[in-house]
Amino acid sequence: MLDTQDDGYMTADGRKIGGVAMEMRNITLRFGGVVAIKDISFDIRWGEVRAIIGPNGAGKSSMLNVISGFYHPQEGEVIYKGYKRPRMRPYEVARMGIARTFQNIALFEGMSVLDNIMTGRLNHMSSGFLSQAMWWGKAAREEEENREKVEKIIDFLEIQHIRKTPVARLPYGLKKRVELARALAAEPAILLLDEPMAGMNVEEKEDMCRFVLDVNDEFGTTIVLIEHDMGVVMDLSDRVVVMDYGKKIGDGTPDEVRNDEEVIKAYLGVAHD
Amino acid sequence: MSTAAQEAAAQGALQSIPALLARNAASQGNRTAYREKEFGIWQSWTWSEVADEVEAIALGFLALGMERGDYVAIIGRNRPALYWSMVAAQSVGAIPVPLYQDSVAEEMAYVLEHCGARFAICGDQEQVDKVIEVRARVSAIEQIVYVDRRGMRKYDHSQMNWIDDVKAEGRAARQRLLPELDQRRNALTYDHTCVILYTSGTTGKPKGVVLSNRNIIEASKASSEFDRLKPTDEIVAYLPMAWVGDFIFAIGQAYWTGFCVNCPESAATMMTDLREIGPTYFFAPPRIFETMLTQVMIRMEDAGRAKKRLFDTYMAHARRVGPAILDGKPVSAADRAKYALGELLVYGPLKNTLGLSRVRVAYTAGEAIGPEIFEFYRSLGINLKQLYGQTEASVFITQQPDGEVRSDTVGVPSPGVEVRIAENGEVFYRSPGTFVEYFKNPESTASTKDSAGWVATGDAGFFEEGSGHLRIIDRAKDVGKMADGSMFAPKYVENKLKFFPNILEAVLFGNGRDRCVAFINIDLSAVGNWAERNNIGYSSYQELAGHPRVLEMIQEHVEEVNASVAQDRMLSGCQVHRFLVLHKELDADDGEMTRTRKVRRRIVEEKFADLIAALYDGQDSVYTETEVTYEDGRKGKLKATLELRDAKVFDTETAAPIAAQ
Repeated sequence: MLDTQDDGYMTADGRKIGGVAMEMRNITLRFGGVVAIKDISFDIRWGEVRAIIGPNGAGKSSMLNVISGFYHPQEGEVIYKGYKRPRMRPYEVARMGIARTFQNIALFEGMSVLDNIMTGRLNHMSSGFLSQAMWWGKAAREEEENREKVEKIIDFLEIQHIRKTPVARLPYGLKKRVELARALAAEPAILLLDEPMAGMNVEEKEDMCRFVLDVNDEFGTTIVLIEHDMGVVMDLSDRVVVMDYGKKIGDGTPDEVRNDEEVIKAYLGVAHD
Repeated sequence: MSTAAQEAAAQGALQSIPALLARNAASQGNRTAYREKEFGIWQSWTWSEVADEVEAIALGFLALGMERGDYVAIIGRNRPALYWSMVAAQSVGAIPVPLYQDSVAEEMAYVLEHCGARFAICGDQEQVDKVIEVRARVSAIEQIVYVDRRGMRKYDHSQMNWIDDVKAEGRAARQRLLPELDQRRNALTYDHTCVILYTSGTTGKPKGVVLSNRNIIEASKASSEFDRLKPTDEIVAYLPMAWVGDFIFAIGQAYWTGFCVNCPESAATMMTDLREIGPTYFFAPPRIFETMLTQVMIRMEDAGRAKKRLFDTYMAHARRVGPAILDGKPVSAADRAKYALGELLVYGPLKNTLGLSRVRVAYTAGEAIGPEIFEFYRSLGINLKQLYGQTEASVFITQQPDGEVRSDTVGVPSPGVEVRIAENGEVFYRSPGTFVEYFKNPESTASTKDSAGWVATGDAGFFEEGSGHLRIIDRAKDVGKMADGSMFAPKYVENKLKFFPNILEAVLFGNGRDRCVAFINIDLSAVGNWAERNNIGYSSYQELAGHPRVLEMIQEHVEEVNASVAQDRMLSGCQVHRFLVLHKELDADDGEMTRTRKVRRRIVEEKFADLIAALYDGQDSVYTETEVTYEDGRKGKLKATLELRDAKVFDTETAAPIAAQ
């Protein structure tokens, strides 16, 4: 076990952040000749809201895909829960307690909101195909238990009114919320959010911010998010990784990052005298 | 339940809501008292469970140091826990003060300061935040109790409690505190204050109406008997808790009669929840009935041709004979048979969709309802009636008995209510439900209620000869005269305009002038749907409201109304000569409407003085800037150039009769 046990830290608002959940060690990811991520190392701690920011094409989404196990880096290693993580299939990742939402919404458009969220519970169902088809014994019991969990999430995200609505009929902001609900339904230990606020208006953004914070607060879920809106990032996150051209150019609390010369130069722009 | 309360109940000493609760728990403890949809399922509580919950909360309140005569603010959407908190507060001798949950912090601060509430019971984080925001100014608030725990973990809990913790604490201290609670509960009499309800106030600051146990219980008793309400009745509690109607229906009548109160899952699921419950006793302001009708009409517009024809045919038949069948008047067998077929094909399914299948008694009040809207529901066989009431009267002044229902009257005086008409036409009443006073406001009390107990309603009306029904014309102060001396009754015309699904709100001006002009608010859902069907693109409310084709459509509506108004010799002067479509919806947050969504005419007149002037100047367009308040309280400016239009007016003689449906 390659453990890096330590005590974590306290946030300014009094939350206790735990030890290291996942550690990226010298990750390099290439697509043919293109180097998407170049020798990046950082860690994610239990209970924190960790943001990854950077200009377009900086490699943020690639990084998230490495964390989720969808991409396997050519160099470097991912340490999860103290163990080096092997190459995995997506369902194996889900079983390890990692769930995600997508930059471009990936829901089942023809299905109702409820059914979409129920799919998030798939890993918590074990009854066989036949049993489910016959709606007998274990299958019925399982569905009831899972529905209860899903209803708690529906209540939590305040989407009761669209429970039975087909996803295709929903506006963008609500679809994003449904996607978050489905990810939450898996009861993940780590939740990856790829630009959860993209394309939203101010009110929708505020709602989403509140939900993200509430999820972190209520379920203790560790959250890794990519976001463009600097205001959102600075408000939400405990620690921020800044990327540019596949390299890490900053890592620290929002305040530290904000005042980092290199970050300002690369990302926030330099004032011309 | 304590033995002392049982004894009091046995002696018929039902002089408070907690006493009624004790009686219900003893006499029908296993009957369902409350339901609330949560986590997708209707959760229910029997009367004895409710008695137990209320007692636990009351004991918890005692443990928190609630004193007799304390004021307890209740803020949130309709939830059983908040209703129980009100009764629990009454049990310990405190006075509940429900507040409008959509008030901005500023309005909330005024009421909290005015009543000096020591406790605030909040539905969720949003309400807690508002109370915390005003706490610096409102020094009296000592304890906050919240119902929904979401997002509350990080708050400073030194003066804050989750309601379940309050209950747990109360239950743990039961032995120690029960004698005290019993003593306080049993000391309640008819003369104790039951509740203070702040009227939204069409003018000036809200006033706190003090209603005693006598007011609430006597009014509930008389009205329950009037409509023969039964313990098996069901209502859906969805109207603001701060509104007197909700207090009477969901507490007064519910506890007196012992029927079941159902709370929706959220405001947005109200229509679905209504359908699932199928209430037997239903109240809604005209606006809700209007919205429901608009939605039906929109969906019929989108329906296939065969369905549309079926609907039109049978609705025409229902309009003709439906109300007569409902009133038990003679109708031919053939018509009855056709109506029965219509019930099977159209009316039944439609009522089911609306959630009104089981309605035995439905009321509308608060504003005049359009006759066409009213008749629509009556013709479907829904026993929709009108009542006329006020917070100061514990709702009931007049109401319509079964079989004597018409859209243009508000019925006969409710049992126990005396009504008289003053010389200037103003309606006065006196009843056991008549309020005690305006809280800390003796001047207003004196100017509204005289020493003999007669209360001025501020409404102008008259008793119809023959039927003895009261007819309300308008607010006494709104009825005016045009320059030529003819009557100016804005509501009459506005209501006609508002019957068109495309028109959400209309405001007519013309008092003291030679002709009338009007502001129109389009209904975004109806007009938006129409725009979609006609391939009209728009990016905002403002753009849609200013679209030339929308203006044309509204103009047609206005002219139709003019033709109809011209029919009435007395009011033909009220025809709309010029109009404009407003670039924003009139909104309570901007002070243009009350929280119960009545237009504040004077404020609209002041705020949009430039637009009115332009309408009378004969300009074709006008540029205007309007201040708006966003949901979070920030302010912004809305700029727009509005097109002003002339509408055709009719002479009384030449008016085309077809337009006057």
